[in-house]
Amino acid sequence: MKILVGVKRVIDYNVRVQINREGTGVVKEGVKMSVNPFDEIAIEEALRIRERGDASEVVAVGIGPSAAQQQLRTALAMGADRALLVETEDELQPLAAARILQKIIERELPELVILGKQAIDDDCNQTGQMLAALWGRPQATFASDLKIADGVATVTREVDSGLETIEVDLPAVVTADLRLNEPRFVKMPDIMKAKRKPLDTLPLTELGVEMPAALEAGVCEPPPKRAGGVKVESVEALIAALKEKGVLA
Amino acid sequence: MSSVLLVAEHDGESLNPATGRALSCAASLGEVDVVVFSSGADAVGTEAAGLEGCTRVRHVTRPENAHPLAATLAPQVVELAADYDYVLAPSTTFGKDLLPRVAALLCVPQVSDIMEVVDPRTFKRPIYAGDVIHTVRVPDGVKVVATVRIASFPAAGSASGPAPVETVSSSAELPSHTRWVGLAASGGDRPDLQSARRVVSGGRGVGSEDNFRVIYSLADRLDAAVGASRAAVDAGFVPNDMQVGQTGKIIAPDLYVAVGISGAIQHLTGIKDAGCIVAINKDGEAPIFEVADIGLVGDLFQILPELESALEGLDA
Ligand SMILES: Cc1cc2nc3c(=O)[nH]c(=O)nc-3n(C[C@H](O)[C@H](O)[C@H](O)COP(=O)(O)OP(=O)(O)OC[C@H]3O[C@@H](n4cnc5c(N)ncnc54)[C@H](O)[C@@H]3O)c2cc1C
Ligand SMILES: Nc1ncnc2c1ncn2[C@@H]1O[C@H](COP(=O)(O)O)[C@@H](O)[C@H]1O
Repeated sequence: MKILVGVKRVIDYNVRVQINREGTGVVKEGVKMSVNPFDEIAIEEALRIRERGDASEVVAVGIGPSAAQQQLRTALAMGADRALLVETEDELQPLAAARILQKIIERELPELVILGKQAIDDDCNQTGQMLAALWGRPQATFASDLKIADGVATVTREVDSGLETIEVDLPAVVTADLRLNEPRFVKMPDIMKAKRKPLDTLPLTELGVEMPAALEAGVCEPPPKRAGGVKVESVEALIAALKEKGVLA
Repeated sequence: MSSVLLVAEHDGESLNPATGRALSCAASLGEVDVVVFSSGADAVGTEAAGLEGCTRVRHVTRPENAHPLAATLAPQVVELAADYDYVLAPSTTFGKDLLPRVAALLCVPQVSDIMEVVDPRTFKRPIYAGDVIHTVRVPDGVKVVATVRIASFPAAGSASGPAPVETVSSSAELPSHTRWVGLAASGGDRPDLQSARRVVSGGRGVGSEDNFRVIYSLADRLDAAVGASRAAVDAGFVPNDMQVGQTGKIIAPDLYVAVGISGAIQHLTGIKDAGCIVAINKDGEAPIFEVADIGLVGDLFQILPELESALEGLDA
């Protein structure tokens, strides 16, 4: 079985993002970029499935600028067998990303695709579901546990009311939630080894994907700021302050 | 007037309060039909029909709808969507799972987490864990498919008279490749986290599952729901459905009490719309104090029992 994983290059989650002067986006120059945290979890899960003997190959796929090779190298260093970058300077929205991934699926014929549940830059939480729809296959989103046997994946999903379990026939798309696993640390020798693993790049224009309708991007602005509050010194003062605010009778 | 299809979220017995909040957003866009997919939940349809802003309830009853599976529901939503300018759902795990599948089948982009309607095609939504608010516009001639950030909208009130409930038959072909196995609900009889007026949350500082007792106890005193930071969930102190934040629940209670929570941006984005934030933390420099309306620096194990007994005499 072949597993495809999505690897998106995003601003590292520890960075305090800055809106650019024009208000058209955020500053990315000189900012630390990383693998989307949910994608690291997706890679880790794919590797564990391979290490259990349930898969033979893990292919990491990224869509983004040439620099996104860095994040694919991280995936290779973690243990992915090979990587593919669909190169484009445009910032693509989930529907476009899903179309591209669908095209890659047609070439690679994986039995399992694991994506992150959401990219922490656009916070869209759409791509996996869209890909599953376009592919006409099942989706198991927000996975916190994944078992595979006899062509069926049994997935525990983190939903608002608790933990839901569903069964999906493979091939399928699974999206990783935070508690699916804890990604391994990459060791120095692995980084060296990863340099020799295959990383192919393919210009988006060569893929022959018709680009779907997209949302028009307007301004980026900071969120309304909460007015700073007060610090109180004691429980009595806390209760008095709550009463003053009308929160307590 | 534009027509809006809002997909109701329910558990087979009652309507999830998220639906009523999404309805407030939907009603500002046009005439709203609320669609209930079920295997026979009449009570849910009746409940939806009683909400202000609901023009009509459309009830689609099929045995396959006994559980909310996106793969099963999406073709049925698509079947109805042709008659509408908008297809909306609350931005809960239910809506987040379902709506992108619908959007892709309709070949249109989706707006996730509408927090403000600027004009009928233009919306504000949070990105980068809520650190940036992005305005996006759905191009002319494209059906608007969107999830609604429920913390940004008030619950719909009750209608003066109930809206008509209409049964709709569906002939959409449904896949058998996805099967529901079970739900381990951690619920209990505490108020629901997403709709509670008061919430007490604990973080890593609480230290253990056992210690979380002090959080539950204070919550009971305040008639509050209980939430948690990711760190507390990851450490196994509490179940996953209690996580508040970027990747957990986004909530807007009147009162939010954060106990032993440092205030990481991923957590704060979940509580931005709370009426009053109280922080209890032993580190006076913790970032939670930058957003808290009332902060108290100190050890939670000392403060919480004190607070509870001080509340005793009060009509909390
Ligand atoms: C992709 C991604 C998504 C994330 N999503 C979320 C999310 O949805 N929700 C979320 O919450 N986090 C999320 N996080 C994690 C977030 O970055 C923080 O790591 C997390 O919120 C920290 O939780 P905490 O405040 O409980 O723990 P800590 O940051 O460790 O803070 C513990 C606090 O407890 C205080 N404390 C300790 N002992 C006591 C005591 N006895 N009395 C009083 N105070 C005490 C300490 O001073 C400290 O401030 C996400 C992270 C990533 C990378
Ligand atoms: N440009 C991209 N390159 C690779 N994977 C992507 C890309 N965009 C989205 N994905 C995948 O889709 C997931 C969800 O993204 P989103 O729908 O944007 O929140 C991510 O965690 C990735 O696994």
